[in-house]
Amino acid sequence: MTIFNLAIELAYWQQTIIRSVLGLVAVLLPAGTLVYLYLFKMMSFMQSRLGPMEAGPYGSLQLLAEVGKFLQKEDLFPRTADRVVFKAAPFVVLASTFLLVLVLPAGPDAWFINIDTGVFFALAVSSISVIGILMAGWGSSSKYSLIGGLRAAGQLVAYELPLVLALMGVVIQAGTLNVQEIVLAQANGEIFGWGGIGNPFLITQFLGFMIFLVAVQAELTQPPFDMPVAESEIVTGYLTEYTGMRFLLFFIGEFATAGIFSALAATFFLGGWYIPGLDPTDNLFNLIGPLVLVGKMLLVSFLIFWFRFTYPRFREDQLQQLAWKVLVPLSLVNIVATGVLKVVF
Amino acid sequence: MTGFFLSQIEGLDPLTSGEVLVAQNVFFALIALVMILAALRMVTTENIVHAALYLVIVLAGAAGMFILLGAEFVAVTQILVYIGAIIVLFLFGIMLTKGSFGTEEGEFRERNQMAVLVGVLIVAVTSGSFIDSFRDAELNREAPSTTAEIGDTIFGQFIIPFEAISVLLLAALIGSVVIARRDL
Repeated sequence: MTIFNLAIELAYWQQTIIRSVLGLVAVLLPAGTLVYLYLFKMMSFMQSRLGPMEAGPYGSLQLLAEVGKFLQKEDLFPRTADRVVFKAAPFVVLASTFLLVLVLPAGPDAWFINIDTGVFFALAVSSISVIGILMAGWGSSSKYSLIGGLRAAGQLVAYELPLVLALMGVVIQAGTLNVQEIVLAQANGEIFGWGGIGNPFLITQFLGFMIFLVAVQAELTQPPFDMPVAESEIVTGYLTEYTGMRFLLFFIGEFATAGIFSALAATFFLGGWYIPGLDPTDNLFNLIGPLVLVGKMLLVSFLIFWFRFTYPRFREDQLQQLAWKVLVPLSLVNIVATGVLKVVF
Repeated sequence: MTGFFLSQIEGLDPLTSGEVLVAQNVFFALIALVMILAALRMVTTENIVHAALYLVIVLAGAAGMFILLGAEFVAVTQILVYIGAIIVLFLFGIMLTKGSFGTEEGEFRERNQMAVLVGVLIVAVTSGSFIDSFRDAELNREAPSTTAEIGDTIFGQFIIPFEAISVLLLAALIGSVVIARRDL
């Protein structure tokens, strides 16, 4: 039950402290990395500009400056706001993010929780954030916030279905809901008898991977699915009334969730912490596993942010049609095909 | 990792170990207290959105109870179905149909007596039937049911009821669409 195969046996409370600290790191580090690397730098390069250059070498301390700026701001409430709901909303969204990170394994013994219901658990806790967003939209008592909150909730509910169904193909192929065992199934798999690179489900579940990425993009309410925060119509939707610290919490939540969903996609489709050429039970993976996982996460999130910076916004009806008339039927076909092939082979 | 959550709690069995202050009991008391308070506030609050949010706390507490009993799958289902779907539907409905923000006083006063009557009846009937049917039965603490076992049971022993429920749900779905869209 140790995080890394340490020689010392740790007491339960010591393990709990280590897990809590590592959980915080696992949420905040990807969020910071994604904001700096992709939002600040990659987006700037794509738009032929340099991005932040002043704070620190190459603008690397810009994040600290931004956090400092947000912390200094006054904590404002709209006069008619429902204060308790308004205050609690960002924490509900963040709680969903923190629960989501728990299922990610980063090595044969490096995991937070290793439960039978891993995939199911991840999908369940990711749906909690909808409540936080509805709370933010309603608690602000502003019409822009309410419309934004309702749009966001409608979108999240619509795209949760393809998100769940896209993963079913992986679950059928691996034969388990346990995330760790899905990684091992890919590491020990063989492609027509050749086990050189294991069997990353990206090859057999390519359709599922594409559906999952699109659904994740919509779940994050990022462009081209940013109807809920469409600034030209409803200011910033459910975020309109938030300032300072509370806005920062939503912002961290969004980018941390982007990182964690990328890591989940890397785990389900790219083999997670495993790299070919080593034995998956090797103790070395407890050390390099987290780094491998972060590397694959950056690869997947590059795709997500690439789409974010290059595509224009969907209209509300196009957005709903894409979910219900294209992605859901496609993922159902994928499930049937995977099931048939699983029985045949 | 069968029953991971259960094995995390030391001094596992409060019935045989004879101790009261084992972690499982302490957490049970905490969760139960929060659930009762939230449930009371849910029925007494004047604000209908607050009532829905208190219901979230009660349902999350129920999920916590399932985890304490080692029933991970049921706990996760509780979160996914009740918190992730049904409460969202409630909030959605309230926010789309309600004209104004804030409290609406006296909205629930008229139906108070009926509500009390129905509540008492439900508690009496369910607790009576539960006590009657599980009088001497004890929870099997050695082998908490795994996800694989649940899957095997549903798609083996209970396949016909399961399929019947699917058809029933489909009928309800089509029926709601027909009622909502009168132009069909």
